[in-house]
Amino acid sequence: MEFIATKKPAKPLTAVKPIGGEKNGEKRVVLLKKRRNYYPTQDKIRKRPAKKCFKQHKRSLRSSIKPGTILILLAGPHKGKRVVFLKQLHSGLLLITGPFKINACPLRRISQRYVIGTQTRIDISKAKIPDTINDSYFRRERKKRAKKEEGDIFSTKKESYKVNDQRKADQKIVDKEIIGAIKSHPERKLLFGYLASMFGLRSSQYPHRMKF
Amino acid sequence: MPFRRFVETGRIALIADGPQKGKLASIVDVIDQTRVLVDGPASNVPRQQIRLNQLHLTKFRIKFPYTARTRIVRKAWNDAKIDEKWSDSMWAKKLQAKEKRAALTDFDRFKLRKARSRRNKIRSQAFFSIKNASSRNGSLYGKKKMAKGGDKPKVKKAAKAEKPAAKKK
Repeated sequence: MEFIATKKPAKPLTAVKPIGGEKNGEKRVVLLKKRRNYYPTQDKIRKRPAKKCFKQHKRSLRSSIKPGTILILLAGPHKGKRVVFLKQLHSGLLLITGPFKINACPLRRISQRYVIGTQTRIDISKAKIPDTINDSYFRRERKKRAKKEEGDIFSTKKESYKVNDQRKADQKIVDKEIIGAIKSHPERKLLFGYLASMFGLRSSQYPHRMKF
Repeated sequence: MPFRRFVETGRIALIADGPQKGKLASIVDVIDQTRVLVDGPASNVPRQQIRLNQLHLTKFRIKFPYTARTRIVRKAWNDAKIDEKWSDSMWAKKLQAKEKRAALTDFDRFKLRKARSRRNKIRSQAFFSIKNASSRNGSLYGKKKMAKGGDKPKVKKAAKAEKPAAKKK
């Protein structure tokens, strides 16, 4: 069988338009799809996505870590302690509290990298954490040096960190809410003991095989 | 010690290796020195060849002719109530306990530790009270080593301490 192509009715490419004026020929053939009036000689300059600075970065949080989760700290001065996770701050660090009464861990920031998220959770949805507790609250204070230092560079003493009263007050406020949340948990007595105890591995306990 | 569990038609085995791990199946036919045809209609094991190395033989055996169809195997399996017998066996119970232990969370492990320590304390308390009483009245170490003046019962100061400790659990 011969293939006979059926032609679609062709769309008109040009149109005939009347024009005015004497001795102009009375009509012009005009393209319906007009050609471009400017053909650039160079490529367009396209803006590349600019590098984002740190504060614009996207923060991610492990799915095992949710507000109220009990975390096991793996590094830092409070390593081995079990603490309550409050929220993730703007910088991406996690805001935690012991609570201080239970295990002497204050309101603190830590990276989620140094933490194990357990499956045990406390309902802290009703606990209100003051908005003033954010990254700038925890920022280290740098002492401003006098422009021209006279004398020994070594004479300046290193002042040990002292907790200021605002921190103590905030700690009390937050801990009251958190301890209230723990008390409404059905296993509160064991939870208090759990938070007060330290994490450790024993013989034949392998973290990659354990569930937390 | 003679062999008691043989690779034979009807032998129930636990598949210990491979994608069907943990399931029971019965040997239908022997293929060669290392492989058998296996079928577990009650435990979702499709009829297939399997290496003997992947099987751990159990003490259970059912009767059906070799190369019998799955339907026949299923009937023999259900009539012999293999699933019940298996779950009553120590082997199955130990496997279950192992699974439970692997699924414990950190909090569960803490609770287990506390419970175990409390239980052991109660045990040792009971033991020492019996031991001390019987050593004082001469029944343990003999009359010569008895406490002077016989065994006098101790005044119970410790009765108060027991109550709050029992509440903590």
